[in-house]
Amino acid sequence: MIVEKLSVSELQGKARCLRCHIIGMTAAAGSGHPGGSLSAADIIAALYFQVMRHDPQNPQWEDRDRFVLSKGHAAPALYAALAESGYFPRQMLYGLRKCESPLQGHPHMNSLPGVEASTGSLGQGLSIANGMALAARLDSRDYRVYCLLGDGELDEGQIWEAAMAAAHYRLDGVTAIVDRNRQQIDGSTEDVMRLEPLADKWRAFGWQTLETNGHDMEAILEALAAAARVEGRPTVIIAHTIKGKGASLMEGNLHFHGNAPTYEETQQCLREIQTEERCKVCDVRYPLPLRDR
Amino acid sequence: MTYGIRSRSETDKDYQEPGGRTDASRTASLVSTREAYGRTLLALGRENRDIVVLDADLAGSTKTGLFSAEFPERHFQMGIAEANMIGTAAGLASCGKIPFASTFAVFATCRAFDQLRMSVAYPCLNVKVVATHGGITVGEDGASHHAIEDVALACALPDFVVIVVADAKETEQAIRAVAQHVGPVYVRLSRPSVPVIYQDRCDFVIGRAIRLLEGKDLTIVANGLMVSRALEAASLLSREGVSARVLDMHTVKPLDKEAVRMAAADTGAIVAAEEHLLQGGLGTAVAQAVAESRPVPMRFVAIRDQYARSGKPDQLLEMYGLTSQNIVQAAREVVQEK
Repeated sequence: MIVEKLSVSELQGKARCLRCHIIGMTAAAGSGHPGGSLSAADIIAALYFQVMRHDPQNPQWEDRDRFVLSKGHAAPALYAALAESGYFPRQMLYGLRKCESPLQGHPHMNSLPGVEASTGSLGQGLSIANGMALAARLDSRDYRVYCLLGDGELDEGQIWEAAMAAAHYRLDGVTAIVDRNRQQIDGSTEDVMRLEPLADKWRAFGWQTLETNGHDMEAILEALAAAARVEGRPTVIIAHTIKGKGASLMEGNLHFHGNAPTYEETQQCLREIQTEERCKVCDVRYPLPLRDR
Repeated sequence: MTYGIRSRSETDKDYQEPGGRTDASRTASLVSTREAYGRTLLALGRENRDIVVLDADLAGSTKTGLFSAEFPERHFQMGIAEANMIGTAAGLASCGKIPFASTFAVFATCRAFDQLRMSVAYPCLNVKVVATHGGITVGEDGASHHAIEDVALACALPDFVVIVVADAKETEQAIRAVAQHVGPVYVRLSRPSVPVIYQDRCDFVIGRAIRLLEGKDLTIVANGLMVSRALEAASLLSREGVSARVLDMHTVKPLDKEAVRMAAADTGAIVAAEEHLLQGGLGTAVAQAVAESRPVPMRFVAIRDQYARSGKPDQLLEMYGLTSQNIVQAAREVVQEK
């Protein structure tokens, strides 16, 4: 069964739900990367619950659209979307990073249904996405490939090798989305290794280059629709986002790039994201039962 | 006149071994493993439309041209960007294609190691890395282009099958077996043409050593172009009354441990010979198998913890201790130690 396409307001609710999971999962794991997962939550909600053609009952469906999470540390956001889509039970989310769980710290395609690539060592996802798009062309299939890149990840040279190749091979089936939250572990992306003028770089590489507010659901959908319309070249959407978006204590706070919230922080975040004591959508409750803490 | 650095294939003419130094027993006819690869790839391409080929600006040297001429839509020129080539191959494999990615051995492994690890080995994708220009017989281009760590690197990747072929016939059979095998594979070919080992047939099975010569005093385990040197050494040793078994250990991983165990049990001494660093290659794998089954005296003919110089391949083999005489010397020592 193909996942039902949600309306804009439903997608906004779903993104809230993904955020609750992200907070809860990383809190339960005691480690992980909530900041860059939260910044990507709206984009991932748009892809999984409206834009992409996929079937949780048939994860190997040959005509499915592919999503490659090149910024593998945002695994909690991907796992939350997969669970909410129905690839596996929601309770499994809370086994994140534990030995007995298939939810690896970074995505592993052989460990969990719905994960399309093994990532985590940054810079490799776009090449994989290109390979998938070339395979689609050879097989005359019309599936599309979406690749979510971190902005810090753009420091990696392989990204630009892949950017050249996608334009060279006119891979209009490839849509890259840059989660432009402007922060990486050691500080601002512009201080660590200047990326700007970023849009000009992508344009110079031959890509249709769009910029959007990565937290405005309608704008995200509009950009993704524009990506699907273009022929003869790949599209990149530079999605301007805020690291930790949705949880005010995490917003723009680099500590939460790679640290899980404490018990108290978790309650505060969930209280802020959820409008009610118990989420009607995803059944996450607060106070969250935290294991192994 | 053109200045600056040119294509890496510019100096890449087929190397013909100089006369004079070759042992009388070495067969005169030389064959190219690269050309055998190109021909086999074309044949496989006709049989299976899922086979695709990727190159990194060395298609002329890797001999994939036959394939690309007939199947241009299935050949992807990726430019001088090995990391992206391996990642793209991983994406193709994840969608059911059987990608053969080719470049020089040194770039395939050293340059793209994290991509081999993360994008191919970890998800165990069906990517075939067939690398030409293994070892120091790359010759004049020097250490930058010599692959002396490639087998160690490839063997360090879980699930990877690692193959070093000895001649053209074996290349043909190995490439066919590799296409059939489901999972990641690294195959090392040579730049120079090599002596014929297998005239008409080669019963190549991944992970099963080929016994080329029977003997009782020691076993020489070799692969790649050291197989022909091992046969020469065995011939020289026979004049001294020493009888050597010779194994073509084309698959370094998974190693044919049973063949090693039998070699230890039957002959009581082993010499391993390879065109690779001592660390992490065939000798290491054989020694591990010997240690686990039946410890016997061993010697290793390999490159000793150093990079090699520019020079003619045969000169380099001599300079770095990779000749039939080196094998003979190692054999004398190991037999004495029994």
